[in-house]
Amino acid sequence: MIENTVVEGSYAVAEAVKLCRPKVISAYPITPQTHIVEDLSQMVADGEIDCEYVVVESEFAAASVVMGASTAGVRTYTATTAQGLFLMYEVLYNIAGSRLPINMTCANRAPSAPISIWNDQQDSVAVRDAGWIQIYCEDSQEIHDFQPIAHKVGENPRIRLPVMTMMDGFILTHTYEPIKRMEQEEVDQFLPPYDPVVKLDCARPLTFGAFAMPDTYHEIRYMLNRAMMNSKGVLEDAFKEFGEVFGREYHPYFEEYRTEDADIILMTMGSLAGTIKDAVDRLRDDGEKVGLLKLRTARPWPGAELRKALDHASVMAVIEKDISLGHEGTISSDLKTAFHHHDGPLIHSFVAGLGGRDIRVSDIKWAYEKAKSLREPVDGSIWVGLNHDIIPEVV
Amino acid sequence: MLVGVKLTAGAWVEPATTIDTKTGAWRSFKPVWSPEKCIKCYLCIDLCPEGAISALPLDEDGKKTGIQVDYDYCKGCGICAAECPTQSYEMVPEEK
Repeated sequence: MIENTVVEGSYAVAEAVKLCRPKVISAYPITPQTHIVEDLSQMVADGEIDCEYVVVESEFAAASVVMGASTAGVRTYTATTAQGLFLMYEVLYNIAGSRLPINMTCANRAPSAPISIWNDQQDSVAVRDAGWIQIYCEDSQEIHDFQPIAHKVGENPRIRLPVMTMMDGFILTHTYEPIKRMEQEEVDQFLPPYDPVVKLDCARPLTFGAFAMPDTYHEIRYMLNRAMMNSKGVLEDAFKEFGEVFGREYHPYFEEYRTEDADIILMTMGSLAGTIKDAVDRLRDDGEKVGLLKLRTARPWPGAELRKALDHASVMAVIEKDISLGHEGTISSDLKTAFHHHDGPLIHSFVAGLGGRDIRVSDIKWAYEKAKSLREPVDGSIWVGLNHDIIPEVV
Repeated sequence: MLVGVKLTAGAWVEPATTIDTKTGAWRSFKPVWSPEKCIKCYLCIDLCPEGAISALPLDEDGKKTGIQVDYDYCKGCGICAAECPTQSYEMVPEEK
């Protein structure tokens, strides 16, 4: 019987990464990711893990170092957030295009300007098209458990894709909560050593990162997209096997909370799910037929699975901490595609909690009542908790 | 339409592809070397970014005889002509 122990969210990630036995870690410290990589560098310095920790001058360099190390055929890890993730942008595409199974944690933070060190999810949402599998976590247990899953899925010889797991900055990274910690033997059983299909090797020279003419590039991108689509089956198998080894069951794509008979279903990603579960309980106490769908895997997009899970709802309120400026919340847009030319719920987009604004149960109830009152689709997003007093006439 | 090859996941390729790719086809000006003014300093060999210029064999007395340009790979950048201290190269437009 594994006891619960109270650890900081960042430590929950760092310890899980250590148990995955990476050979090269490279990262540049940036709030709120810092504790994760501080913990890992301490573990390397203390000899707890046989791994190179490469200190670099920027996130561009960190991503490039793990890209090189992964090309050389070893298991790699990095972590970053917001501005750091954006500085990695070019390398993110190079990593995915080179089909390197790098594992990265994104400690979600709002992008500049203005400078904010606090949480929203605009950073990882902004790189959703780069070819990385994206998995969002609600709590420290999930971010702990999903590290070996990230390696197992990404390193599968049929998939070979980088994986990004998301945790809300501060809300998860700096919060102490009880988790069940994985044991080394269990992780070793679940996650075999990395066996790359090809690697940089003096004994068998190969060219990596070559140039592609128009007669091949189109097909190479097709292959990348197909690998992303194929990763769904591998994700399903990995989550299932995780449950068998560790005794903790997770749906590979989402978690449903009190949705069975719900007319109105709220949807979100990450730690906000906890607040929404409380709001759902209170609304249920008042006799409202409401539930929550917590999206776990955003890329590959589980459209068909969501359509099946949500087709009985009459209204969806997608509450997210990001926006495609000039349009609406991105998950709301994605969800609409799941129901294109199918009977489905009316879908409303809510933007909430940007730059670390607290989202309270009262905000969720407000969004719920708003969604319930709207009979027609609305263009764009509905903003939760706006203080109109401080917004000037000319924006 | 490309035939007879298979792509790889991650687009890695067998080495030495630069031998197969005849980058000389990119050239719009061709450097033409004339032996008359050449002092055999071989600066052009060192400065050619493609390694497309090489020395001809030494003569019977062991003296330098001149250079040759490999037009399969010369891209026509003109560095040889610009840097030659005796103007032994002329950049001639390619006719296609």
